[in-house]
Amino acid sequence: MITAGIDMGSRTVKVVLIDTEASGAPSVKKTHLIFPGDLDGDAAAEKAYDEALSAVGLKRDDVSSVYATGAGRVMVNFAKEKVTEMSAGAKGVSYFYPNARTIVDVGAEEGRGIKTDGTGKAVDFAGNEKCAAGAGSFAEAMSRALQLTLKEFGEASLRSDKTIPMNAQCTVFAESEVVSLIHSSTPKEDIAKAVLDAVASRVCAMVRRVGIDKDVVLIGGMVHNPGFVSSLKTAMDIDEVKLPDIPEFVAALGCAMLAAEAKH
Amino acid sequence: MIANYGYKDGSGEYYISIDTDKCIDCPVGRACLTGCPKGMFETMTDDYDDEVVQIKQSFRRNLAYDCADCKPSSNRPPLPCVVACTPAAIKHSW
Amino acid sequence: MSEQLNTSDKKPEFWRWQENCWADESKDWRSAKAITVGIDVGSVSSQCVVVADGELFAYNSMRTGNNSPDSAKNAFKGVTEKTGLTLNDVHMVVGTGYGRVNVPFSHKAITEIACHARGANYMGGNKVRTILDMGGQDCKAIHCDDKGKVTNFLMNDKCAAGTGRGMEVISDLMQIPIAELGPRSFEVDQEPEAVSSVCVVFAKSEALGLLKAGYTKNKVIAAYCQAMAERVVSLLERIGVEEGFFITGGIAKNPGVVKRIEKLLGIKAMDTKIDSQIAGALGAALFANTLVQKQGPLAPIVA
Repeated sequence: MITAGIDMGSRTVKVVLIDTEASGAPSVKKTHLIFPGDLDGDAAAEKAYDEALSAVGLKRDDVSSVYATGAGRVMVNFAKEKVTEMSAGAKGVSYFYPNARTIVDVGAEEGRGIKTDGTGKAVDFAGNEKCAAGAGSFAEAMSRALQLTLKEFGEASLRSDKTIPMNAQCTVFAESEVVSLIHSSTPKEDIAKAVLDAVASRVCAMVRRVGIDKDVVLIGGMVHNPGFVSSLKTAMDIDEVKLPDIPEFVAALGCAMLAAEAKH
Repeated sequence: MIANYGYKDGSGEYYISIDTDKCIDCPVGRACLTGCPKGMFETMTDDYDDEVVQIKQSFRRNLAYDCADCKPSSNRPPLPCVVACTPAAIKHSW
Repeated sequence: MSEQLNTSDKKPEFWRWQENCWADESKDWRSAKAITVGIDVGSVSSQCVVVADGELFAYNSMRTGNNSPDSAKNAFKGVTEKTGLTLNDVHMVVGTGYGRVNVPFSHKAITEIACHARGANYMGGNKVRTILDMGGQDCKAIHCDDKGKVTNFLMNDKCAAGTGRGMEVISDLMQIPIAELGPRSFEVDQEPEAVSSVCVVFAKSEALGLLKAGYTKNKVIAAYCQAMAERVVSLLERIGVEEGFFITGGIAKNPGVVKRIEKLLGIKAMDTKIDSQIAGALGAALFANTLVQKQGPLAPIVA
């Protein structure tokens, strides 16, 4: 049985198609991501969905059920059900790490901690939404100020062992602070580390509100930033953070799994 | 005077209010100073020459995070600063 | 008060203040018993106010330079050049504002909250109860009694939303000079809903989205001014809004935000002939005057 999950994020649309055996074991058939650009919500979701289907030679009729999640999930008119990012994230993580208890989800526009019951169900969450300082946007804005790509930015931070505190707690004010650090000849890698330490410490404070239990899994776009992962481990005072192979697709995957379960 | 320390940003409103009229003649010896696990309170002489407590400058822009340990998302216990202040001069907005 | 005091109709700019020096030529400071000075070193502008026997005598307002001590000295120097008054003639100096502890010749530092309330009480009279100060990098809401004593206050310097800086971001995005934003925000066919994101970073993307959806620039600006007004009003509500509403700081010069705040509150802001940007320094000089009455004059601190 084929089911689909669609994650309408603030920046990108992610689609995951899975095939679930009668026994209940799912396998991922296709992951697909688009930047919607000028397309509005439903049209972007349709485009991403149809592209994913045609890439594996499927038609809409072959799909038993579609679920949607993400900040823009209400715009996905063809989805049968809409689920929260917390439920979808917890379910998706259970595919990779059945022993996960704490999920750290850091995307472009939000940073949150999710506590799961060990069966892929979210039982509690705490987060920082609607303020760029607690999310990936903060790092993105600062990497622009440093004229580095996000990847270079993350790598640069790994080369620093300095701890410079950032005074500004707001992305807009922090941009000026970064500019003045550049002017005072502070090495870029030290600035990058200061920025990622700041995001990690804010995210960590939110995760602590739900409690930190092993295994800890990081999902969302910031998984691709090794500097952030390192800063997060230090902030949370843990040795290991599990990183799924397809971090940005975890919520969409969880959606598809929830769609399949509902059919069984 | 009600002194509100903190901020409002996109994620919410985070103010700790101190009613300085209740704070001036503290009957519990400034128990908030040691009650807060992060030591966020300090005494000062205000602009009208009264000795009262305030939130240290370094914490004022970070309350959502600095107070997070005392505010678990479920089964929240009473806040230590509020408990310590028996004259009820301290209030949290969130 | 003489009409010369009104500087707000000269070239409306946002927080980018006009540099401005004024003295009451009907008075002679040499015959005053107590001369006190208030210095307000803000993040964007610095003011020096001279009070003679408890009455406003002179002020100088200029952009803050690279460091607080020099900005304070330069602000005072402007007054010296205008009136001949030197530090040796002054009985007490009080510093306020963000750089208040770095005023090299001040005897005492008092917070800008207390000084703004005291200054507004002088400028607007004893009916002033609610004071809003929106500067380049912060926003303050103050409630005070009939003597200008603060009864409730809050400050927000953590987040750029609701500050001059937040306006600057939209001005850059729209490529429209900041002074035009207010007037343009009224040139719309229909008043739009406020931009829903508080966070300036997200409001920026939302504004771009509105442009794509066919909004005119003026309508996007209107939506942003409304969002700013709503945010400021929510801060004011925390301290309790009462009639006698006085606005200081950069926001006073943006009708797009001020008129929307007035509409939301159902209260009109009070008019003043004195440029409201000197409220903090004026309050500091008045505090100094009270101290001189109580404790007598202090010798000048010459660095």
